[in-house]
Amino acid sequence: MKIAIASGKGGTGKTFVATNLFYVAVQDGRHVTLADCDAEEPNVSGFLKGKTIRKKTVSQNLAVIDPEKCVYCGKCRDWCIYNAIICLEEQRKIYVLDDLCHDCGACLVACQAGAISEKERRLGTVTTSVMGSNTVLTEARADVGVYSSVPVIKAALAEAGDPSLLLLDAPPGISCPFIATVAPADFVVLVTEPTPFGLNDLALSVETLEQLEKPFGVVVNRDGLGDNNVYAWLEEKNIPLLMRIPFDKEIARTYSQSRLLAAEDASYKKKFLHLLQKIETLCEK
Amino acid sequence: MKIAITSTGNTPDATMDSRFGRCMYFVIYDTQTGGTEFIPNPNKEALEGAGPASVQLVASKGVEKVISGEFGSKVKAIFDSLKIQLVILNNPNTTIAQIIEKFTAQKN
Repeated sequence: MKIAIASGKGGTGKTFVATNLFYVAVQDGRHVTLADCDAEEPNVSGFLKGKTIRKKTVSQNLAVIDPEKCVYCGKCRDWCIYNAIICLEEQRKIYVLDDLCHDCGACLVACQAGAISEKERRLGTVTTSVMGSNTVLTEARADVGVYSSVPVIKAALAEAGDPSLLLLDAPPGISCPFIATVAPADFVVLVTEPTPFGLNDLALSVETLEQLEKPFGVVVNRDGLGDNNVYAWLEEKNIPLLMRIPFDKEIARTYSQSRLLAAEDASYKKKFLHLLQKIETLCEK
Repeated sequence: MKIAITSTGNTPDATMDSRFGRCMYFVIYDTQTGGTEFIPNPNKEALEGAGPASVQLVASKGVEKVISGEFGSKVKAIFDSLKIQLVILNNPNTTIAQIIEKFTAQKN
């Protein structure tokens, strides 16, 4: 089973929930992999340390057009659905926008003049670590300045494979990196906070997941902060409220010191295990 | 000289569109003939690369200046290399007619 832990708004507690779920799953004797797919800011490794067994470089090819060989026919531009090529026939100018190139290879097929070749560009790394015999940590880490982290996330998902339980720590927002992470998930846990910002971004995430037809539920973190509007909204939309985590200085302190709440507080160990079981029950429906 | 102006509508009364790549219309204004051409922007709903595709459109029209409220980071270097000047207007309520008038007044 694959469970993605996501949120619209950043900083609501995705990694907090993901690492604690991982911990209780391990304690429960499960074969579990946690993939940190927040490739622009991976931080699971701050909480869970494993022994690195593999580090892969992720790269993509970029189109390179030789202006000497180019006949300025514009075919490559017409074939590029990503608008990565500008060709001005009259001015005899051609440009490739590296950030928009998706490595699809269409321009190479389109070009009859043999003017297009490819060069490799490094995008990031995927690191695999093991903790004991049944537990694996996979980390997607995009290089600084990379336009899209999606290829790095996809490489991490491929590396993580299909273990009996895969937890996916998703990037914030609802753009391509989020979609790439939740796409393989059987269930999505949306972590929010009871503030107007949290609710606004939660609504956007819900709208996206409904379009993707993904089952999901909500964890409200920092309960007691802000207002109660999120609860009324969840009820109105008939969205399952999976867990409420109080706004508590001690929890914040534990997290800020890279410690796992479930490892130190038996009541939370029970609560997170209960959360995992609840998700599994919802998945079976 | 030809100038491209981003517009919210297809008449001179329309206000300038403050976005370049995803504007509603491009107005191609010819300072010599005084003629204007309104082109609906085919890139306004593009998933990605609306800016570069719009550079393609206005540059192929042979403009030397582009007037808009805002240009994205991907297009500036390309406009530079094509020696097309970018003019940023901060008042979004300016109409196309007013912008054209300003250019005619400057010339005389």
